[in-house]
Amino acid sequence: MGSNSTMSEEQLTAVSEPAVNDSPLKPRRMTLNMGPQHPSTHGVLRLVIELEGEKVISATPDIGYLHTGIEKEFEAKFYQQGVTLTDRIDYLAPLSNNFCYCLAAEKLLQVEVPPLAQWTRVMLAEFTRLNSHLVWLGTHALDIGAMTVFLYCFREREELLRLFEMYSGQRMMTSYFRIGGLALPPPRGWQQRVKKLIDIFPSRIDEYEDLLTKNDIFVGRTKGVGYLPVDQMIDLGVTGPMLRAAGIAVDIRKSEPYSSYEKFDFEVPTRTENDVYARYLVRLAEMRQSVRIIQQAWEGMPGGPHQADAPKVVLPEREKMKTQMESLIYHFKIVTEGFRVPPGEVYQVIESPRGEVGYYMVSDGTSKPYRVHVRGPSYGNLQAIADMVRGTMVADVIAILGSMDFVLGDIDR
Amino acid sequence: MEFFIVSTIKALLVFFVLMTTLAYLQWVERKVIAHIQLRQGPYRVGPHGLLQPLADVIKLITKEGIVPPHVNKFFYFLAPIIAVSMSLIAISVIPFGGEIEVFGITTHMQLTDLNIGLLLVLALASMGTYGIALAGWASNNKYSLLGGLRSSAQMVSYELPLSLAIASPLLLLNTLSLREMVTQQEGFMLGFLPNWTIFQGPAPQLVGMVLFLIAAFAETNRIPFDLPEAETELVAGFHAEYSSMKFAAFFMAEYSNMLTAAAVTTTVFLGGWLPALPGMAGDLIAPAVFATGGAVCLYHGLNPARKRDKYTLPVFALVFFGLAALFLAPPLKDIAMPLFWFGAKTGALLFVFIWIRGTLPRFRYDQLMGFCWKFLFPVAVLHLLATALLVALAG
Repeated sequence: MGSNSTMSEEQLTAVSEPAVNDSPLKPRRMTLNMGPQHPSTHGVLRLVIELEGEKVISATPDIGYLHTGIEKEFEAKFYQQGVTLTDRIDYLAPLSNNFCYCLAAEKLLQVEVPPLAQWTRVMLAEFTRLNSHLVWLGTHALDIGAMTVFLYCFREREELLRLFEMYSGQRMMTSYFRIGGLALPPPRGWQQRVKKLIDIFPSRIDEYEDLLTKNDIFVGRTKGVGYLPVDQMIDLGVTGPMLRAAGIAVDIRKSEPYSSYEKFDFEVPTRTENDVYARYLVRLAEMRQSVRIIQQAWEGMPGGPHQADAPKVVLPEREKMKTQMESLIYHFKIVTEGFRVPPGEVYQVIESPRGEVGYYMVSDGTSKPYRVHVRGPSYGNLQAIADMVRGTMVADVIAILGSMDFVLGDIDR
Repeated sequence: MEFFIVSTIKALLVFFVLMTTLAYLQWVERKVIAHIQLRQGPYRVGPHGLLQPLADVIKLITKEGIVPPHVNKFFYFLAPIIAVSMSLIAISVIPFGGEIEVFGITTHMQLTDLNIGLLLVLALASMGTYGIALAGWASNNKYSLLGGLRSSAQMVSYELPLSLAIASPLLLLNTLSLREMVTQQEGFMLGFLPNWTIFQGPAPQLVGMVLFLIAAFAETNRIPFDLPEAETELVAGFHAEYSSMKFAAFFMAEYSNMLTAAAVTTTVFLGGWLPALPGMAGDLIAPAVFATGGAVCLYHGLNPARKRDKYTLPVFALVFFGLAALFLAPPLKDIAMPLFWFGAKTGALLFVFIWIRGTLPRFRYDQLMGFCWKFLFPVAVLHLLATALLVALAG
């Protein structure tokens, strides 16, 4: 084992106490290399764990196996093309990343997005939250040994992916949001499809709860596991449901509303136990709140255009492009050389399913960003792993990793 | 000489049936789990995936048997042999039925009736642990080592409640021979309640059976006690370094252990091959069950909406009707009836094994130990004492 490592074993184990032990009677420690190919590290995370029997003495995460250079890639793309890259950062919540990137660019451009686009964005972002939480719940339960929950979750996820396909033509890499609005007007028949989904969804959440919430084995495996003092979590940059499970009601949707989130009525569920079980309860409650937001968006969906009235940024309608000279010129310019963004810098945060996702964008006045930096929530959340697993058992490592709900694409970028 | 021939024939017959059962038990498990999980399960190989076990066997036999360079070769090869042989031998003392007469030869539907049959089963179950522990150690892989260690600790701990749980019905039955145990449970109380150990006075063994089943789950490494292989923690645990037939041997051992556990439970607690209902009613249940199965298949097969079952389900229906007729034919009835009852009870228990796998998560190592020593073991001791007291009071 360990022959596939990219770093030397000395480097990785140097942080913990030396395992050298002369006396034959003292317990000898074993270094276990968990990942990057392991069923429960959710991608290509590598954890170097030092064990004393089944007890974890220390854990050192080793990331970078999925490094794609996406952040650098932004600098070589037009602003609009950058949206497709954001899909690949957090591939379980692509629309949340589209959303944040578009908001950042719109702030720089000072483009006002019409209400229909804002509300549709909110609705789809909440669907993304459901989607992401479903994948999390399924894999988390699977890690703890409950196979069936996984397939129940994927039944609903399939419906959600079909809905995304209906909107954008893509199941996962949607890229449906455009700078200045949406790629296409909402598709015909979306009302019925959305209605059908939100009508059954609460009962489906009940179904998952039936299988897990009061299951003695599940509660035993998760309650009291993965505790870390709140101030340490804040120091490490933990956000999102993990922080809310520690009793801090921090939610960007409430504190810095974007895209008319202030018009929606919803609660920020919190727990105070700060363990794996509390994170599970918080995420399930969030799913119920998401359904509530979608319900409101469904009822109050405004009409109007789906894109901003900004001819220099937004592609003209097909018909106008074919009939009007001016539109044709704009179309040609935007497609061939992108649109120019006024110089400046902006930092935009939104609440993704995993926590705070932030895009820091610097423009030098050309049609390509000078620099885009992504603040991935998974990175901050994963930082807590070393402190959380110290002194627990091997099986707890799996439960804690699952409760963090990280996506490696979001960490390595 | 006659004894030798009869024994050989019986051994071959039991071996063949056992192997087929093991292969199809896996098919059943995959189907049942699939339907619990809103899937269809195997459907490609043969009608309703019925040839899937065959395909699996061919695949496992023809796969390259990789022997990693870092293993301890002797124990690495010995481990699967121990695991599978110990679990297969255990079936030899299980009685499937009473005395029958075939071609003028009278024999028992059982390979051998040891007077210490039950002890043999328990001993073999303990020996099987060596297979897993050795595999974990000889693989020289850290995950395997953890799996092997877990299994040793788990199986050694759970053997105590297992033995204690099965000791209390022995107080009622006063024998260790599995065949005699069944004959002791013959008859009915109040005309309808079978005189099985779980109902038998003075100390009904229902709790004992539940205790035994829980311990048996741990002995057979099934969810929620599947820690030695815990896929999401230890990748594959003790058999991580095993491939092809060596892997198949462990797989077979697991299913065979499951079958033995269910068969022993049936024999000790549920009256073995004895019918659940007295007289004619008991005789008619078997054909009724198969006829109902056939009718259901026919109903769905003739439903025009189910296009891909147009031929398979009616054929299944015919098979089921044929089986139902088998139970009504007088010369076959004596052989088929005990087999049906034994199979039905064992099958129901196996279904519980599979059902639980589809429902429950997995324990953590320390919880598993805590559950055994702090709950199961004391309860088993108390149960044994209570049974002993009741038996003593009843004289």
